[in-house]
Amino acid sequence: MALETTRSVSNDPAASRVKPAKSPSLWKHSWRRLRKNKLAMFGLVFIIFMFIFCFIGPLFSPYTNGNTDILNMKKAPSASHWLGTDLVGRDVLTRLMQAGQISLTIGIVSMILTVIIGGGLGVISGYYRGFVDLVIMRLADILMSIPSLPLLIIMGAIMTEWKVPPEYRIYIVMIMLSILGWPSLARLVRGQILSLREREFMQAAESLGLRDYRKMFYHLLPNTLPMLIVVCTLTVGGAILSESALSYLGVGVGPTTPSWGKMIDLANNLMDFQKRPWLWIPPGLAVFLTVISINLLGDGLRDALDPQGNR
Amino acid sequence: MWQYIIRRLLQAIPTLLGVSIIIFFVFALTPGDYVDTNIQLTPEKAHELKVLYGLDKPIIERYFIWLGNVMKGDFGFSLQFQKPVTSLLNDYIWNSFLIAIVSLILTWTIAILIGVYSALKKYSWFDVLVTLGVFAAMSFPSFFLGLLLIKFFAVDLKWLPVGGMTYGGSNSTGMAYVLEVLKHMILPVSVLTMLSVGSLTRYFRANMLDVIRQDFVRTARAKGLKERVVIFKHALRNASLPAITLLGFELPGLFAGAIITEKIFAWPGVGHIHMQALDNRDYTVLMGFTMFLAILTVLGNLLADIFYSVADPRIRLK
Repeated sequence: MALETTRSVSNDPAASRVKPAKSPSLWKHSWRRLRKNKLAMFGLVFIIFMFIFCFIGPLFSPYTNGNTDILNMKKAPSASHWLGTDLVGRDVLTRLMQAGQISLTIGIVSMILTVIIGGGLGVISGYYRGFVDLVIMRLADILMSIPSLPLLIIMGAIMTEWKVPPEYRIYIVMIMLSILGWPSLARLVRGQILSLREREFMQAAESLGLRDYRKMFYHLLPNTLPMLIVVCTLTVGGAILSESALSYLGVGVGPTTPSWGKMIDLANNLMDFQKRPWLWIPPGLAVFLTVISINLLGDGLRDALDPQGNR
Repeated sequence: MWQYIIRRLLQAIPTLLGVSIIIFFVFALTPGDYVDTNIQLTPEKAHELKVLYGLDKPIIERYFIWLGNVMKGDFGFSLQFQKPVTSLLNDYIWNSFLIAIVSLILTWTIAILIGVYSALKKYSWFDVLVTLGVFAAMSFPSFFLGLLLIKFFAVDLKWLPVGGMTYGGSNSTGMAYVLEVLKHMILPVSVLTMLSVGSLTRYFRANMLDVIRQDFVRTARAKGLKERVVIFKHALRNASLPAITLLGFELPGLFAGAIITEKIFAWPGVGHIHMQALDNRDYTVLMGFTMFLAILTVLGNLLADIFYSVADPRIRLK
């Protein structure tokens, strides 16, 4: 990635102190470039729509209490239930919104955890180099060598064995996803820090006698922000995909927590799969459309924040 | 060259040791193994079995026994299937390999053709369509794609079988058997291909865009070579050089057995066995299989590095 030149001009702490107005111009420029990218803008608009749909949508639904309705079980889509009802008579559309809250939350929280672990360890590794770097990068190598799906599946099984209360499983899923996600991010950050720390602005920071902590997290890390933003976006999509796969396999969130993957899980029942597609196709499409929007936005952000890129 | 290979081999050893520690302790920490969860066993019988399989020893000791066995190529004994894990893997891995290799060949062929063509026609409607398709392929949850294909082609249209490798109770031989397996392969292979073709197409497109701007391509054109020769001989060769690395990374995928795809299509491969072993808490199988895959991954990375150092000698100096 050839991001350094544009960034060091605008984020250089010495420069920004002289001309504070300089810093936002990078973001303004990028935003202008992003706006020209139709696919990325579609992604952004759809993601915003999805958030409104999942978090505000239930307010307009008469079925939010999740009560079972024995008279209206397994009904096909109709005027009162737009996407039909499920096996115990709950409204599928409302459930889709509530499941979306869970899936989106898992995506975002595990992204934040991944960035905290991966970004932190990456900066430390690139800044101190030597032995610390060796240990952290070895650990990353090791974690990246273990096939992730079998490992996630077995961690999910362990949760079941340890009788983790179903409502806590969602937090463990988030932690699991970030444990497997941080190594690649740490590598990327480390790579950038290794070259950034040789820059002149770091010599300036050095001569000011700043503490390591300040140098790492106030001077080096902000310079990797354009890359971090892109990776963050894509990580959210990846986490939503992984969560849906885990829940589909029955080792993700607990049975009482609705998530999109958990809803598609119903397709494991042959009758529901063949005769009642309204139960599992809408959540599948929701995952697909959300993840494709996130990927389009992430790709657009990459182009916008990295004008030298050739794509 | 040899020095580089040996150095990389030595680096792989601590990684593999670390991998083995993590895998072993994750599995060892799991309460409830096959013996514990099998309610048909009397306590005496269960204890006898535990002693027999060394489950009563302290955990550190068990780790070293297990590690020693793995190094000898012995991944343990499956209680559920009543045979060594290695022979169990051997029984099913070739089914996984079959769909993996076919989809690998398809993926690379499609990715190279489409990638090159859309790079040549940058920003044309074809290119935009390809870009959208690539993103769609990267964003589909594999199980949902599989379910949709089954629903459409097998349940609604009844063109293709729902799952499995042969029809239940079928005992066809020769050509009839081959055709039957082929028919069952179509859907799983399509899913695997569609899932992996996206990122590879993108990769070839980006590489090709890089290469066709370079001076030697202009020189080749200036020499009056045919466009076909310029593209496929001069440009594509240089564009596929970095892709050799990716071929190394495909190694674990060939034998890993796509867990989700095989589960959905009831394809009798290792991924299918993996899910069955999970249901029965047969951790020896899961552990052996995960370790086996990790070894393949490390080997694949090593191969990728070696391929790359052959292709680009500058890398060896680093």
